[in-house]
Amino acid sequence: MAGLAQKEKVAVVDYGMGNLRSVWQALVHVGGQCEVTVTADPEAVVAADRVVFPGQGAMPDCMRELEARGLRQAVLDAARCKPFLGICIGLQMLFEHSEEGDVPGLGVFAGKVRRFPAERMLGAQGNKLKVPHMGWNEVTHTRSHPLWNDIDDGARFYFVHSYYVDPVERSFIAGTTDYGIPFTSAVARDNIFAIQCHPEKSAQAGLTLLANFIRWKP
Amino acid sequence: MGLAKRIIPCLDVTAGRVVKGTNFVELRDAGDPVEIARRYDAQGADEITFLDITASSDQRDIILNVVEACAAQVFIPLTVGGGVRTVADVRRLLNAGADKVSMNTAAVNNPDLVAEASAKVGNQCIVVAIDAKQVAPGQWEVFTHGGRNRTGIGAVEWAERVQQLGAGEILLTSMDRDGTKNGFDLPLTRAVADAVDIPVIASGGVGNLQHLADGVTQGGADAVLAASIFHFGEYTVREAKEFMRDRGIEVRL
Repeated sequence: MAGLAQKEKVAVVDYGMGNLRSVWQALVHVGGQCEVTVTADPEAVVAADRVVFPGQGAMPDCMRELEARGLRQAVLDAARCKPFLGICIGLQMLFEHSEEGDVPGLGVFAGKVRRFPAERMLGAQGNKLKVPHMGWNEVTHTRSHPLWNDIDDGARFYFVHSYYVDPVERSFIAGTTDYGIPFTSAVARDNIFAIQCHPEKSAQAGLTLLANFIRWKP
Repeated sequence: MGLAKRIIPCLDVTAGRVVKGTNFVELRDAGDPVEIARRYDAQGADEITFLDITASSDQRDIILNVVEACAAQVFIPLTVGGGVRTVADVRRLLNAGADKVSMNTAAVNNPDLVAEASAKVGNQCIVVAIDAKQVAPGQWEVFTHGGRNRTGIGAVEWAERVQQLGAGEILLTSMDRDGTKNGFDLPLTRAVADAVDIPVIASGGVGNLQHLADGVTQGGADAVLAASIFHFGEYTVREAKEFMRDRGIEVRL
């Protein structure tokens, strides 16, 4: 209808590594008037107003598929200028290098993706901690950020991962979590926010974060 | 502080309806799995497990609709088990919106299924459910078909084996305790939890909140699963979590 503003487009980047339905569903749930699409089309990523970069599986496979589907450049361009949300492997892929398969990442952030040192990680009772880190853990806000709005500092989110990011520039760290060792669970810079846990599976805290992303004007 | 111990309500579903009683006064339809899952989510459940106990195979696909509807409204991890026999079954459930799929009898009959499924979809999505009965002091055997068939396999040995095959988690049910309300089989839980490095969910026998706490503190479980104490409204998930927190167990509240 004439006179109506065009719906804002949110693209969830699909490079063929697993099921993105949950991410899509949670974004639709909080997205109001937005048009949320899961897409493998680089043009659709270019045309989107906001980009969500999820991921699961092993990072070497993710990098290979991103490349093979011609999505690498579209993702890099989006990370330069649009509100951009990385989730799980989508956070890890933004770094320079991963110990998982010894592969290079996209290099949007300086730093490495490291494996949890299971052999020297002990819990409060001296018990051995399990890897993958799976379940609900606390995310401590290391700085204020619009995506943390209405989320308690220390709120629990749902994690499933065996590797974590280690940024060179510490001022980009937005959140940390403790699992035997303290690790970076969220980074932020300009138009980019990226988080290790799964907001789409993190009940109210996760939905609030996704809603904040939809409204975010960096 | 660190990782929280999880509380997982379990719903037995047949032909799209929850069986075994539910006693939520505010529910419009006490048999609707999605409505019940939403209620548990609102109470702070950390995950939901659906166990499809549909007997006739022509009604099997109904669970997919239930999973789809649930995943559209409940934003916590969802595990689905019951009748999973092939990697295609696993994929169908994941595509419908399940986060993890549990297999039981099929894994015993064909251990390669665990390896194959975990290689295809990642071990974080594969749960192996073990039904165990005590056969001698400190010894438990794996049973299949809801506890009717013995396998001759030791429960601890089987847990170690499925971990090697690629299971990401073990759902351990004591068939001796299931339905008794006498509490988990704690020695069984402890024996399995000590033997493997993957998370163990204790199940079978919960009658009160102390039983849940014992599963963690004495059984060494990473998560506790219960059905009837929540379904009949004896306790809410939130009450269970407050009880555990007051006993020094880390939970998400």
